[in-house]
Amino acid sequence: MTQGLLTWATEASEHASQVDLLLTGFSLLVFVLSAPVFVLMALFAIKYRRGKPADRTHPVNRNIWMEISWSIVPFLFIVGVFVWATVLYADLYRPPPDALEISVVAKQWMWKFEHPGGQREIDELHVPANEPVKLTMASQDVIHSLFIPALRLKQDVVPGRYTKMWFTANRPGTYHLACAEFCGTNHSLMGGRFVVLTRADYTRWLEQSDVDGSLADQGAVLFRSHGCSGCHGSSSTVHAPPLEGLYGSPVPLDDGRMVIADEGYIRDSILLPQQDIAAGYPHDMPTFRNVLDEGEVLKLVAYIKSLRKPRVLP
Amino acid sequence: MTNALDAPDPHNAGISETRAERESYLRAGHTLRSWLLTTDHKRIAILYLISVTLFFFIGGAAAALIRADLVTPGGDLLTNEGYNRAFTIHGVIMVWFFLIPSIPTTFGNFLLPLMIGARDVAFPRLNLLSWYIFVIGGLITVYALIAGGVDTGWTFYTPLSSFFANGHVVLVAVAVFIAGFSSILTGLNFIVTVHKLRAPGMTWRHLPLFVWSHYATSLILVLATPVLAITLALIAAERLFGLGIFDPALGGDPLLFQHLFWFYSHPAVYIMVLPAMGVVSELVAASARKPVFGYAFVAGSSIAIAIIGFLVWGHHMFVAGQSMYASTVFSFLSLVVAVPSAIKVYNWTATLHKGRIALDPPFFFAASFIGLFVIGGLTGLALAMLAIDVHVHDTYFVVAHFHYIMVGGTVSAYFGALHYWWPKMIGRKYPLVWGRLSAAAIFFGFNLTFFPQFILGYLGMPRRYHVYDPPFQVLHVLSSAGASILAVAYLMPAFYLFYSLRYGDPAGRNPWGVTGLEWTVPSPPPKHNFMETPIVTELPYDYHVEREGEQ
Repeated sequence: MTQGLLTWATEASEHASQVDLLLTGFSLLVFVLSAPVFVLMALFAIKYRRGKPADRTHPVNRNIWMEISWSIVPFLFIVGVFVWATVLYADLYRPPPDALEISVVAKQWMWKFEHPGGQREIDELHVPANEPVKLTMASQDVIHSLFIPALRLKQDVVPGRYTKMWFTANRPGTYHLACAEFCGTNHSLMGGRFVVLTRADYTRWLEQSDVDGSLADQGAVLFRSHGCSGCHGSSSTVHAPPLEGLYGSPVPLDDGRMVIADEGYIRDSILLPQQDIAAGYPHDMPTFRNVLDEGEVLKLVAYIKSLRKPRVLP
Repeated sequence: MTNALDAPDPHNAGISETRAERESYLRAGHTLRSWLLTTDHKRIAILYLISVTLFFFIGGAAAALIRADLVTPGGDLLTNEGYNRAFTIHGVIMVWFFLIPSIPTTFGNFLLPLMIGARDVAFPRLNLLSWYIFVIGGLITVYALIAGGVDTGWTFYTPLSSFFANGHVVLVAVAVFIAGFSSILTGLNFIVTVHKLRAPGMTWRHLPLFVWSHYATSLILVLATPVLAITLALIAAERLFGLGIFDPALGGDPLLFQHLFWFYSHPAVYIMVLPAMGVVSELVAASARKPVFGYAFVAGSSIAIAIIGFLVWGHHMFVAGQSMYASTVFSFLSLVVAVPSAIKVYNWTATLHKGRIALDPPFFFAASFIGLFVIGGLTGLALAMLAIDVHVHDTYFVVAHFHYIMVGGTVSAYFGALHYWWPKMIGRKYPLVWGRLSAAAIFFGFNLTFFPQFILGYLGMPRRYHVYDPPFQVLHVLSSAGASILAVAYLMPAFYLFYSLRYGDPAGRNPWGVTGLEWTVPSPPPKHNFMETPIVTELPYDYHVEREGEQ
């Protein structure tokens, strides 16, 4: 039983250790702030209980400086912890550019993970230790939330957009993953295992899995079979934006705005093409909302990301 | 403090024993009709007391079902669907049909006019209408429960609630929508009453802190409840007519729902806890026979909480995908709420200093409130810390935290109010020793139920889980054991309070020997409260400690 609880409590990343340290620090502060209330209430109840003789002369009924001090001083301490917590949190929004990218699709009631090489798994996530991993997550139906307690991390997976989560696990082992946002009947069964492997073991695990080509390759197949190449291909006669080198670059829009072409932008351009139209192009891209599911869109995104600008020879 | 009016009359046993009782509001009509068509704020308070108690036990039965099921890690008692329906109905009933109306509609209704020296609230008929609206909303909810229930959780998150949930989502949304009008009318009534009906000399500086906190609560009720009504109407429109508002498949935004929902539901937490704080201020002063330390700060902090409470809703969405900068601002503002809350707690503690503390049930309930509120509040700060929230969000840590505030805090204050004002409302005393016992049993049972849940949550057990990992069982068994104690402890007062109805000694005007206009009228008060309009000259809690200070 204790052994079982320990697998939940393990810190499997530096971030997890930092969060535990923060909580310990905060608990100490909580103790310092609340102990006087508990101790004094009990003490006064005994010392000044009715009928008991005690020195009750010159009671104080108000003291503005005392009140200001006991509202401001605790507040300043708390602001200190707030800064600490916010700095830790801000890290979660800055994934390293070289992170291993794994795509995640959540649906009632399962998790699907797909590695860059095309390896797929359900309700289990294998990652290499000591390497940053970035998850790009989409939901097929309702809101879910990927929760990996050993990393002290959680991120909602919201339909209609991509959400992201990144981490560097540092302790090989098998941990839990769970859905934390109530998602319907079998919510409590929507969990599985989070397996951290050494680099060598991870490579071996990748090789053992059946693969239909890398994620980008599968995307390339979809790109042709759904006719995307008909307009976006380099030899196409239709006037559609070229996709080579698109990922990560700024795109001027029809209405004068400028967006960075990230995963979310590419996704929306496939599913909601009328939302953000690239400047200078006709509005004739059809929607693929009822054609592609989130898993397929993620493959297309991986493919488009893999398209580099053709080298221009001098 | 005894009065000729209160002398027992041997010819009339039971509830009409004293002259005060024969002339009281309780005797102003004996038919059911005289109760159901009453416009007397005291009778309406009793109607509310009966109805919210009923809902408390319905919600409690759902809680019992949940805790019984969680004794084992597998789903032995309920199906997954049944479990989801049980916690949804527990949440809906407890939040909207017990916690939000509990203190304002019963004790607020009963005491507000008495405390400010008025004969009734400003709009007595509206007050009765508000009870009927509340009952209609409640009956629809109970009907939905019998017809099969809902499985969205009380939060109705979209798109789960709009397109994926089975069950009577629209019916329950309609019920809560209707009940919201009851909240709005009560809030409106209280605001006008406090502004217009204060007795001569009852300036804002003379208002008891109970009135201040109810005033702050009423502001929130009036300003926030319409947003809930709009949100629920939009859900119904989406579910019934496929209007794309929250569902991304129709071009809507699921986070919009969360913003709207928490814009109401976070202030709603203060609707639940501010009246409780008002009760505790009264209880602490009465127990210590001292003015509340720093009256102006305690009164002002209620208003501050009401205002800042409107600006913190985004702390429910730190992992929902809102922007990092929004999260940072909401995190900071949530910490700011801690300041007025801390002022209250420290000031209550300071009030006890050099007091003459009666260790009676009101003191024990007030002390329970303060202790549990401190734990609930400080764990709330932990949740406002971004990096900690990412881990414990939507886990049992959150469940434990808000139960410390709402059940440990508000329900303790509710029972404290019941034990403090019962002699005033009914005119009879109850055995104090039983009151002390149930306060102690509630405190113990509560902590045993909810403290283990902090540990469960930090270890990573998500909330709303029917089936869980077997190693968590020991903590769940502790929690369920605590819940059994809590259930017995909550039932105990029903017995001795009912007993006191017939067999209790007459309370007299002022059984606790405390200040406050409500204690200057007979118990139970006569139909129109005051024979003549009182003129207020003394500040509240004027206990003259200086003169009576004993060595």
